[in-house]
Amino acid sequence: MVLDTGDSYVTADGRTIGGVLMEMKNITLKFGGVTAIKDISFDIREGEIRAIIGPNGAGKSSMLNVISGFYKPQEGEVWFRGAVRGPVKPFQVAQEGIARTFQNIALFEGMSVLDNIMTGRLTHMKTNMVAQAMWWGAAEKEENENREKVERIIDFLEIQAIRKTPVGRLPYGLKKRVELARALAAEPMLLLLDEPMAGMNVEEKEDMSRFILDVNDEFGTTIALIEHDMGVVMDLSDRVVVMDYGKKIGDGTPDEVRSNQAVIDAYLGVSHD
Amino acid sequence: MPDQFLYAVEAAINGLMAGVLYALVALGFVLIFKSSGIFNYAQGVFALFAALTLVGIMDGQVPFAHLINALFGTDVHHFGWHAPALLGIALTVVVMVIIAIAVERFILRHLVNQPDIILFMATIGLAYFMEGFGDMMWGSNIKKLDIGIPQGGSFWIEENTAWLGGENFYGFFIDQLDIIAAITAAVLVIALTLFSQYTKQGRALRAVADDHQAALSVGISLRFIWVLVWSIAGVVALVAGAMWGSKSGVQFSLSLIALKALPVLMLGGFTSIPGAIVGGLIIGMGEKLFELLIGVPYLGGATELWFAYVLALIFLVFRPQGLFGEKIIERV
Repeated sequence: MVLDTGDSYVTADGRTIGGVLMEMKNITLKFGGVTAIKDISFDIREGEIRAIIGPNGAGKSSMLNVISGFYKPQEGEVWFRGAVRGPVKPFQVAQEGIARTFQNIALFEGMSVLDNIMTGRLTHMKTNMVAQAMWWGAAEKEENENREKVERIIDFLEIQAIRKTPVGRLPYGLKKRVELARALAAEPMLLLLDEPMAGMNVEEKEDMSRFILDVNDEFGTTIALIEHDMGVVMDLSDRVVVMDYGKKIGDGTPDEVRSNQAVIDAYLGVSHD
Repeated sequence: MPDQFLYAVEAAINGLMAGVLYALVALGFVLIFKSSGIFNYAQGVFALFAALTLVGIMDGQVPFAHLINALFGTDVHHFGWHAPALLGIALTVVVMVIIAIAVERFILRHLVNQPDIILFMATIGLAYFMEGFGDMMWGSNIKKLDIGIPQGGSFWIEENTAWLGGENFYGFFIDQLDIIAAITAAVLVIALTLFSQYTKQGRALRAVADDHQAALSVGISLRFIWVLVWSIAGVVALVAGAMWGSKSGVQFSLSLIALKALPVLMLGGFTSIPGAIVGGLIIGMGEKLFELLIGVPYLGGATELWFAYVLALIFLVFRPQGLFGEKIIERV
């Protein structure tokens, strides 16, 4: 893997931000006559928390869907780990080490919390089908290792009490947490969070913020997130991309973005509460 | 023991055996419904097609013989070999996998995210296409299938149960084919259960069944899973087709066994593998006992034609999700 590590730096709270992990180059995405994303470029560095913000309809979710392979941009290049990415399907993106959550939660409602999180380990399972079915040798060892990793994530996100509960019965806030757990179980190089705080109350938002910071800190996972809640974004992120009407209007540290006039006009100037 | 009671026991046992065959067909429906939410109307025709292919390969028939002869003015019908049953089965499995790939490539891929009713309609189209295709490939005459399964009543069981009754009771009559079908079904169900509970692909299959988008996001290829599950359903259809075909010949009516699977599904639930088995057994046994005890003496017989459906209807009223079906809990 060729990463430009020349200008890595250490943040105020002591985390090391490495070279460029993912780079979006001149991305344009159209749906018929509507241009959702217009010529946007930005990068995501290893170990950082990168936010994409913008008013409703700015194209944030579209951008996340381009990164995770659900949408294919008409123009532009996606670079990941120092190489340009060809035409890929969402499941291939997941296999490359990019995990994601969804704005409207996409969990396996009929399965237990534990089974849901175990599906996150699918890309890491290597032993053959027959051995797995028979619970033989290497397959048993592999299953146990996967279980250990999953249990660690369950402890980490404090969902031990609901591990056997079918997901369909959980309240919204916990579902969001299970979805995060499943994404983490894949041990992703890049974790994409689509509005992780949407629809949560203050307490749940605080919990989720803490988990995001802890995930980044403890596992060193690079995180890119979309969020509406400005306060949360500014506290969490190392750098922020601001989008409006499909265009990039700002990019930098939270402080830089806050003082950017275009951003203030488009987004911060509007009262939301 | 009174003979009347023994006859009822015999009817019950034979009913259970017939039920196993119903369950085999129902299993094919459940597999596809569970993983893709599609009610595959073509499952019965798959069983017919698989049986036709098996007979065709074993008898060394030239596929599309009529078409080839018409186009090139030749007169070919047979390759002149006679393949052993195991080779025939292996090659038929290959054909069923190719069909699964074709179904994914030419139908499912184009119907992603369409409403369920559209997919159902597509499988009706598929059913009639496969029926015609099977005719064209192997001809529409009635064929005899012999893959070496013994048939006729088991003398061993008859001899060893004769002492149960009086002078006019000659022991239970149980077809050997039914016994082998029951064992095969049991093995198949155990294998499928192990596969879906403990393997990576099985877990992926359950995930796809639950939520397509979420499955993609954890790195599961929907297309691969669809091909896999249609292949498995094809193999199950082959087993069902081979059993029914051995019993009553390979002919068009074989595809109608799918209709027998419907009440089984209503009873057992569309999403449950054990449900398909238990549902098949209940219906098989129920219709034989009902015919013997109530149908013949009081209703003039022939109750087997409708009994299964009425039983299923009663079940539907009280338990719409079936015996083992999942009741999806919607939070309000």
